[in-house]
Amino acid sequence: MIAENDNNKTRSFSYYPGCSTRSANRAYDISTRSVAGALGIELEELDDWNCCGATAYVAIHEKRSFILSARNLALAEKTGKDLVAICNGCYLALRKASKYISEDPELHDEVAKALAAGDMSYKGSIGVRHFLDVVVNDVGAEDIRERVSRRLEGLKIAPYYGCQIGRPFGEIDDPENPRMMDDLIDWLGAEAVRFPLKAKCCGGLMMTTQADIGRELTGKILKNAVDAGADCIITACPLCQMNLEGYQKTVSKTMGVDCSIPVLYFTQLMGVAFGLTSRELALKDSLTPVEALFAEKVNI
Amino acid sequence: MSELTAKDLGAELLQRVHELPHGKKIDQCIQCGTCSASCPTSGAMEYGPREIIASLRAGMLERVLNSNTVWLCASCYSCVVRCPAGIPFTDIMYELKRLGVKHGIYPRKTTNAAMANSFSEVIDKHGRNSDTKLILKYYLRTSPWKILGQMGLAARLFFKGRMDIFTKTIKGLDGLQKMMAAAEENGDK
Repeated sequence: MIAENDNNKTRSFSYYPGCSTRSANRAYDISTRSVAGALGIELEELDDWNCCGATAYVAIHEKRSFILSARNLALAEKTGKDLVAICNGCYLALRKASKYISEDPELHDEVAKALAAGDMSYKGSIGVRHFLDVVVNDVGAEDIRERVSRRLEGLKIAPYYGCQIGRPFGEIDDPENPRMMDDLIDWLGAEAVRFPLKAKCCGGLMMTTQADIGRELTGKILKNAVDAGADCIITACPLCQMNLEGYQKTVSKTMGVDCSIPVLYFTQLMGVAFGLTSRELALKDSLTPVEALFAEKVNI
Repeated sequence: MSELTAKDLGAELLQRVHELPHGKKIDQCIQCGTCSASCPTSGAMEYGPREIIASLRAGMLERVLNSNTVWLCASCYSCVVRCPAGIPFTDIMYELKRLGVKHGIYPRKTTNAAMANSFSEVIDKHGRNSDTKLILKYYLRTSPWKILGQMGLAARLFFKGRMDIFTKTIKGLDGLQKMMAAAEENGDK
């Protein structure tokens, strides 16, 4: 728990789970809520949030993609709390929209007019955060180390950041060589392996639309983690997670080497170190042998 | 493409790019190729990012739109963070995608355009995405038989309880659609 004399009072945010966590990636949402609870962070789900538009909507409609984010930002502004996202795609879409709307007066006016047609308004008074940023930069080393009840000694971890958390703005971490999860792994008692491809693109939707390219991009990342001697990969994005965990057999065939490795969310790893249960972290949802890994390595 | 000349196409793109935040920086491209070297998919592109700007300047944009190039951009922003001229190249790629869709200039085998269209339709109808609906829509539009290739993963997700059967529609869909209509009136591209 947060210390009594913590001058940062209660940490309270609006929470944007994102579409992919409604079904295929629900483990990310479940483990995020559990870890937030354990750290005394209040996450209040944004009422009636809509899709962020990701990278596909903006390829068809530009202005309308900003409206998608603007509606979410307007809803969040009513709560007066900063908006926390967990998916890298949602995080970037919301953050980019809020930045462009505040910097471009013409876009600002167009968005204001469109929102008014649905009886909404947005002044630009709230921030957009990634949950990883909140955990690492707000809660920080001391409180997290204190909360750890089961140090993950001996566990070697490859932190996979993906693209849209550090790029393009680089406001919360280095766009080329991010460190947030590396630090977090250290605080949990585990070891982050040297992982040069940690911020290289997994291909995103390419795994479905251009499987040959998707497999190659994902394959290089998996192989890099396996070669580095990692016991598992942690991710901060549902689409990266799906690409890395869902296609390991075919990817291994493409790469000509075995690329099997457990893949989990950073929130699940934190939860294990905090002594939370498998159920609270939805470990059973994994397509890779995550539970077996912890049974073997940290004796759960 | 009807009456549109290659020159018009280039002019239209430039005008739109200049309206993007930091879009005017496109004029300062020095053709160094950092973008192409940083791009994870440029190896598969017929024309790399550097060549796109070269084609634009040479009035040959049409052949870029007719190639597989723009739809291979995965929005990873590596080129943007490394460009010494500060060109927001990923945003330009989106602009090229929209331009191609608007004028119907994109290779028919480019399934990424079908994915983007399917995605937009699901969002416009429900306000949220549903993986199952999106994937079905996408394969019906492209190669229905290829859905068989996804059945293995689909079954594994299904037995884990990770597949959505029903699509959730947001309560405020009506309001959202009014906002979208207003944005169109203001001239959405």
